[in-house]
Amino acid sequence: MDFQTRSMRINNARRTATNYFVSSLSVLATIIVILPLIAILFYLVYKGASSLNLAFFTHAPAPVGESGGGMANSIVGSGIILALASLMGIPIGIAAGVYLSEFGRGKPFATAVRFTADVLNGVPSIVMGISVFTLLVKGRHFSAVAGGVALAIMMIPTITRTTEEMLATVPHAIREAALGLGVPKWRTAISVSLRTASPGIITGCMLAFARVAGETAPLLFTAFGNQFWSLKLNEPIAALPLQIYVYAISPYDEWHRLAWAGSLVLIAMIMVSVTLVRIFANRGVLKGGS
Amino acid sequence: MSPTLPDAPAVYSAEPASAAVGTAPSPIRDFLSKRGSGRLADNSFAAVMLICACSIFAIVLFIFGILVIHSRPSLVAFGWKFFTRSAWDPVSGDFGALPFIFGTLATSLLALCMAVPLALGVAVFLTELCPRPLRAPISFLTELLAAIPSVVYGLWAVFVLVPLMRDPIGPFLVKTLGWTGFFSGPNFGVGLLTASIILAIMILPIISSLTRDIMTAVPNSQREAVLALGATRWEMIRIGVLRNSRIGIVGAIMLGLGRALGETMAVTMVIGNHPDIGKSLFAPANTLASVIAGEFSEATSDIYLSALIEIGLALFLVTIVVNAIARLMVWAVTRGAPARVH
Repeated sequence: MDFQTRSMRINNARRTATNYFVSSLSVLATIIVILPLIAILFYLVYKGASSLNLAFFTHAPAPVGESGGGMANSIVGSGIILALASLMGIPIGIAAGVYLSEFGRGKPFATAVRFTADVLNGVPSIVMGISVFTLLVKGRHFSAVAGGVALAIMMIPTITRTTEEMLATVPHAIREAALGLGVPKWRTAISVSLRTASPGIITGCMLAFARVAGETAPLLFTAFGNQFWSLKLNEPIAALPLQIYVYAISPYDEWHRLAWAGSLVLIAMIMVSVTLVRIFANRGVLKGGS
Repeated sequence: MSPTLPDAPAVYSAEPASAAVGTAPSPIRDFLSKRGSGRLADNSFAAVMLICACSIFAIVLFIFGILVIHSRPSLVAFGWKFFTRSAWDPVSGDFGALPFIFGTLATSLLALCMAVPLALGVAVFLTELCPRPLRAPISFLTELLAAIPSVVYGLWAVFVLVPLMRDPIGPFLVKTLGWTGFFSGPNFGVGLLTASIILAIMILPIISSLTRDIMTAVPNSQREAVLALGATRWEMIRIGVLRNSRIGIVGAIMLGLGRALGETMAVTMVIGNHPDIGKSLFAPANTLASVIAGEFSEATSDIYLSALIEIGLALFLVTIVVNAIARLMVWAVTRGAPARVH
């Protein structure tokens, strides 16, 4: 339009100015968000890298005041607790996901389970910690098994949802072909659907694993932490995030150093899993129409 | 539903047709008729899967039940007044959770005020304004924020944020905003404000990635229609996208609130652990989650432990309600499409 009144011209200028202003605000917001992340990561590397040496990965903590201790027992302890949690949580989670996707499609029960799993994901982890405490620890003693159970409870809803999502992407034609050949439904679910969706399911499990690897609150009152080497499942056991917490709030500089190094190791493990998930997520499931 | 073969009718039975003259039974028919219907295997497999699916309900009921059972002494002793009283005296056995409710609400709301504008800005930038090659790295970076464990945030906050609050930022706030009365009192670096800041950093990725999901779920036809009417880019975002996803964005914000309400470790490390209700943002305080984390292992008497467990029960119920409402809102906008797991 060639003809523009003065008010139209002013209005257009105002709208253009608002456009640029808001665009720059959102760029500013992104920068403000990325800054703490980069600050945290750089500071972590700067503080933690100097304390990482072979002793860190092979020794248990030294007595206060002595140098040369490590966090090997925490790393091993974390591994044990996570292994227990995965053993308990992954099969149940995958089985629940298989039910939701293969047998329960369209039923209101499945919708209720899905919704409850989502809601359970948002429950604070400390609540799960104190419930497992009252069940398994009160009247007995702290144990690695209790820690494993608490973490497994956190893994199950996550794995259920991701398994169900991955199984939903398997084309129906494959299932129908198997059923048409006379393969029983249970066999179809295992050999056809699960096998096809397995890259996605594995990445879902890795995601849940990475998430609970960094959890401290459920372990506070179940695994409790241990200053010494302990591999027994029925006794308190050290865990990496737990030990970082204890060292961080302590007054000793040596322990602060160890806390930074431990955080670096923890973040490195989690970042590796998240990056692997990103790489493998693109491989996905069998592509192709149904 | 499994297409098993019906039991072989008598005419084609597999018994050797010794009486009949002529054809021997086909080995295929032999094999198939001996296989049976497979109904037992199917049903038992489905039953096992069903039991595992029920485990989700079992977990919720278990947590609720065991928390109720073990908080009975406190429920019986204090009743509903537990949540309206300000006492917290382990020595004399007098407990009231009001300071923690205040701490939780104050830190969560303050964190939301700081996080929501930033999260919406990031979401708008990433979905509408970002050049395509930058989209993947920047979104990866914001999701990395969500992957950092709570302890590491707490560790960073104790050694970097607290000294920052003590020296440059604290006096600056007193100088500029001291007249509001929110920045009175001594500034130790730990307190409500520091806890709110670290909470804001932690809930940012959740709100922003959910908002991005919701904004990408708005069909392109809406955007094109607004653009065709002559809107600028921001007007297109405001009218075509944000207006359509209002409910979902509120749901995303509520999910962030749910996460903030229950966040334990980082808050415990920087909030000062003092059960007090004060006007100053520099004052140490305590939240529902951090009092459990801090005092659970020191709870010597039964009533102390059950008071803490009752706080845990309250936290559980509140986060369930907030999360349920939030998930309903998000589902309504994304039409029940599977939400990304956080």
